[in-house]
Amino acid sequence: MLDIKDLHKSYSTDVEVLCGITMTLKSGEFLTVIGPSGAGKSTFLRCINGLVDSTRGSCRLKGEEILGLNGTALRRVRRRIGMIFQSHALVDRLTVMENLLSGRLGYTNFWSSWIRRFPQEEVTRAFDLLERVGLEGYEDRRADQLSGGQRQRVGIARALLQRPELLLVDEPTASLDPKTSRQIMRLLRELARENNLAVIANLHDVALAKMFSDRIIGLSDGRIVFEGKPDELEDEILSTIYGEEDWSAA
Amino acid sequence: MSLSSDKSPTPAQPGTVNPQPRRWRRPPLIRNPLLRWAVVTGSIIYFYFAFTTMGIDPARIAQGIPRGWEFLKGFFWPDFWTRRSDIAEGVIESLSMTLISTAIGVVLCIPLAIGAARNIAHPVIYAICRAIIAITRTFPEVMIAIFFVIMFGFGPFAGIVTLVIATIGFLGKLLAEEIEACSMDQIEAIRATGASTPKVIIFGLVPQIFPRLVGLSMYRLDINFRESAIIGVVGAGGIGATLNTTFDRYEFSSAAAILLIIIGIVLLAENVSSYIRQKLI
Repeated sequence: MLDIKDLHKSYSTDVEVLCGITMTLKSGEFLTVIGPSGAGKSTFLRCINGLVDSTRGSCRLKGEEILGLNGTALRRVRRRIGMIFQSHALVDRLTVMENLLSGRLGYTNFWSSWIRRFPQEEVTRAFDLLERVGLEGYEDRRADQLSGGQRQRVGIARALLQRPELLLVDEPTASLDPKTSRQIMRLLRELARENNLAVIANLHDVALAKMFSDRIIGLSDGRIVFEGKPDELEDEILSTIYGEEDWSAA
Repeated sequence: MSLSSDKSPTPAQPGTVNPQPRRWRRPPLIRNPLLRWAVVTGSIIYFYFAFTTMGIDPARIAQGIPRGWEFLKGFFWPDFWTRRSDIAEGVIESLSMTLISTAIGVVLCIPLAIGAARNIAHPVIYAICRAIIAITRTFPEVMIAIFFVIMFGFGPFAGIVTLVIATIGFLGKLLAEEIEACSMDQIEAIRATGASTPKVIIFGLVPQIFPRLVGLSMYRLDINFRESAIIGVVGAGGIGATLNTTFDRYEFSSAAAILLIIIGIVLLAENVSSYIRQKLI
């Protein structure tokens, strides 16, 4: 469903952050991208939904070219791609429900969104999703009153309310404790399966990546240096991704 | 006592003084001695002429002390009553000038501030909005007031226009800085939903700057009230016009009453604004 060819990105003329990424993604597939900080993982995700402009390359979502779009065309594509950020990307001073419904902004006209009149159908779905992620009754809490794990659940529900075809997930478990991290990843995978969603997730935590993904890509210095099943990810490969290190030593 | 003095470190022996004692002075602020002396003598000459041309007249000061005392005495016996209808009219006019100009100014400053924020505005729009803010902040209120009094005639309308312009410059600048300090994570998250720029502003930006907008608007409200007293003096309506009349007639007790009312209202506004901010933040 997603077909990326030779994707390049450079912020200044001489430093390339992404040097020719080529990959495909099947629908319903859970793909994880691992790699050291600065390898270009975040830039990669942001190039797909145009939060960052790629320098050159091609990216087709269900056959349709989505790179280099702007204005209305870009926003139409963004509606089809949900994004989940690190847990602090909720709008702090809005309520949980407002944060959730912001997932529908791509479909709501300006005045309705200003006075917060969203279609009842979406409000109902928002309540269902809130229940699904385990936050029943939290709709009127302000986002800054929630714990890290709760905030991430809201972030996931916001992305799902968009009814996306593709889900981009950027370090969802950064700043969460190990138990909450597992719960969040499990929830993400369950929801992806329920909705037959394709997922690309950036993860710091190799163990989590092995546990929850169908396929793993290793990114290092803007290049794909590994691609394979979770059980193919061995210590030598970790060294090519992250650099030399004794992975079993204390 | 003798014991302790024995144990103290021995002072330098007389007769063995260093031929060249090592001294230290803080290096002068201006290293070049010629320039240093030029600055010092230049300043002295300047101050001399500045003082002698100011026309300080001791006789006039001596004469004025009793008058100044009269003015101060006014504060001990402020007269709210004799000019009560003028004062009431002035206060009400000032209050309505203040409210109207603050409200209009706040509404106008929001798009301006968004345009003047480097992190979200297009560079061309940024330059235009910054220029507008700079121009509105360049001229002192009194000058703008005189200009509008000439243009629109005496009365509160000139005052309102003046205060609106002053409010736009003030709020626009401070709010733009607030927008530049916003968390881009939250804005990016909303943009990723496919929201258009106006929606990104409403959902991702406004919630972040809202408390500051409220606080600054309340602050500007009481600045505008005080300012309305000053621009009234040049004919732009409000309590300032009344105040000016009382001065012209040497009615210091009434003037004192007006000043006390202004102080009272500003204090009240301070309390109300901190209450409102507590409720909203």
